[in-house]
Amino acid sequence: MQLSGWGRYPRTEGRLSAPRDAAALATLLAEGPVIARGMGRAYGDSASGAHAVSTRHFNRMIAFDEGTGQLIADSGVTLGEVIAAFLPLGWFPSVTPGTQFVSLGGAIAADVHGKNHHVEGSFGAFVDWIEVMGADGTITRCAPGDELFHWTLGGMGLTGVILRAAIRLRRVQSGWIRQRTLAAPNLDAALKAFEDTAQATYSMAWIDCAASGPTMGRSIVMSGEHAIRSELPAALRAKPFETPAHGSPRVPFDLPGFALNPWSIRAFNSVYYWSGARKPPSSLVGWGPFFYPLDAIRDWNRIYGRKGFMQFQCVVPLESHAEGLRAILGAISRTGAGSFLAVLKRFGPQDSRLSFPMEGYTLALDFPLNDRSLTLMPELDRITADHGGRFYLAKDSRMSADTLRQTDPRWQAFASMRRESGLAGAFVSAQSTRLGL
Amino acid sequence: MSGVVLILGARSDIALACASRYATGGYSVQLAARDPATLEAAAQDLRLRHRVGVSCHAFDVLDTPGFVSFLESLPEQPDVAICAVGFMGDQQTSQRDPQAAALVMRSNFEGPALILGLLAERFEARGHGAIIGISSVAGDRGRASNYVYGAAKAGFTAFLSGLRNRLARGPVQVITVKPGFVATKMTEGLPLNPRLTAQPSEVAEAIWHAQIKRRDVIYVRRIWRLVMAIITALPERLFKKTRL
Repeated sequence: MQLSGWGRYPRTEGRLSAPRDAAALATLLAEGPVIARGMGRAYGDSASGAHAVSTRHFNRMIAFDEGTGQLIADSGVTLGEVIAAFLPLGWFPSVTPGTQFVSLGGAIAADVHGKNHHVEGSFGAFVDWIEVMGADGTITRCAPGDELFHWTLGGMGLTGVILRAAIRLRRVQSGWIRQRTLAAPNLDAALKAFEDTAQATYSMAWIDCAASGPTMGRSIVMSGEHAIRSELPAALRAKPFETPAHGSPRVPFDLPGFALNPWSIRAFNSVYYWSGARKPPSSLVGWGPFFYPLDAIRDWNRIYGRKGFMQFQCVVPLESHAEGLRAILGAISRTGAGSFLAVLKRFGPQDSRLSFPMEGYTLALDFPLNDRSLTLMPELDRITADHGGRFYLAKDSRMSADTLRQTDPRWQAFASMRRESGLAGAFVSAQSTRLGL
Repeated sequence: MSGVVLILGARSDIALACASRYATGGYSVQLAARDPATLEAAAQDLRLRHRVGVSCHAFDVLDTPGFVSFLESLPEQPDVAICAVGFMGDQQTSQRDPQAAALVMRSNFEGPALILGLLAERFEARGHGAIIGISSVAGDRGRASNYVYGAAKAGFTAFLSGLRNRLARGPVQVITVKPGFVATKMTEGLPLNPRLTAQPSEVAEAIWHAQIKRRDVIYVRRIWRLVMAIITALPERLFKKTRL
């Protein structure tokens, strides 16, 4: 069958298995190379390959410690399921990416980050241990300090199949977020807003990539804190964990490829900016719209049409971030490509072996699959490389092995570790082949 | 709405989906299967996700003499009983081997009908309860490819229909569920038409709604009602020559 990621590009012919237990998985491993696949929410080909192994039957929650907030669960459990089970008790994931439809295994393999990276780090900072099935079918439990643990966090499933994990949740007093919104008329104002909100637990900005000239980089900068019970209006205080239902519309079919064009993208971005600018500077929003605005529209990836779309996400280090971002935004507006959804976020320091974040700014952009995008993206790669930045493999669908080698030498050490330990022949994705991992 | 739901044949995918649906609705869950130790992981998962009581019980659908003591051993009398016991067997083997065929018949008809019959007695005496039997579209008309299984399910369907007829004037509900194709362990690897194939969670949702809306007989995907209407309407002269 055809396998692809959330961007629906590229599509790879491959086999998809769904073993029911560890023994069945070990049998599959003995047949040849595999790559684990959780919810298929990586954008490109990270979880596609000749043989993808779904973790959907590894979906049990095993234990929860109400004293420490430690949850032990199988890798196929999703963050949404964690929230559904534990928010009513006053617990929330310590780190969450922009969708709740990711598996724990996927979150660990990509070492995902959230809006709190600048203060609390990535998902891996809250993982106490993981269990990984290696090439020979044996299961190893490893924790911070163990080699296998550090290679697996951010290792894109290329060290084995993550089967189980112990993660720490955070205590919250409500399901509500106190959100502050600020309209920044240009890039400098947006960057200043990030530095001004450095103390906020959560922050991110939606950035208008279609704007150019004096308004280049105009953004709606949002920050947030978990609301404590006393901050809720009296009507909500009795049931602080109940927020209005979030999300039901579904994109019922693929939009035609021309639906998203430079004009519609420009119009959408303008409307979004001006409606954001009119929002009250401070408001109370439910956890759903705050963390997962796109989850409200099921199958939103279909708006890009049948051909699919690509994500570009880079991080530019703090030393050169302003020039780097300006050069990237300039290149985008010059080609008129525009990105329907673009997100800017400040990263804090990160010290891990393979994980994507580094202190600086990260920019994430969507591009419909067309020639213009395919010409633009290598140019964005070059600009990022020139400014000392690097790329997020969970979003990548097209980068060259050379680009990865130039920008992120850590992966060479990873590739040689894989060759020496026999992992290179056992865990293979279309992405690992493309990138020479 | 809340109470206690008893799920017989609790290891199946449909059974576990029902357990999860009823637990979401606030029900405590009694899981029953031949080897209750194999239910413990699922029970713990349900407890963590839904904060409801979950207990595991030994129940062998072939042990009809043991049914009364099984019901007596339950810590609480359930409010809802769902029988998800099912065993497809292999048609070819069933044709040759009466023992194998008897196992299919007893697993799909005798045991499920008798245990639900006993539960119905108790529910009637107590004055409330819902009996939910998961039968099959295979019981609507016998087909060459699986008529031993189909005949057993037809018997089960008829039993539930009679039970419902008998209890119709009282408070006890009897629901027959004919799920059609479902993506489960039982059908893994079969080339099923995705439009005709429900997920276990869809079956559970349909059962939950059938109980609330006091339905009698449900097909999970609406298209199955049409498909089976056509299949049962075909004259035998034509039907006998089909390969369905």
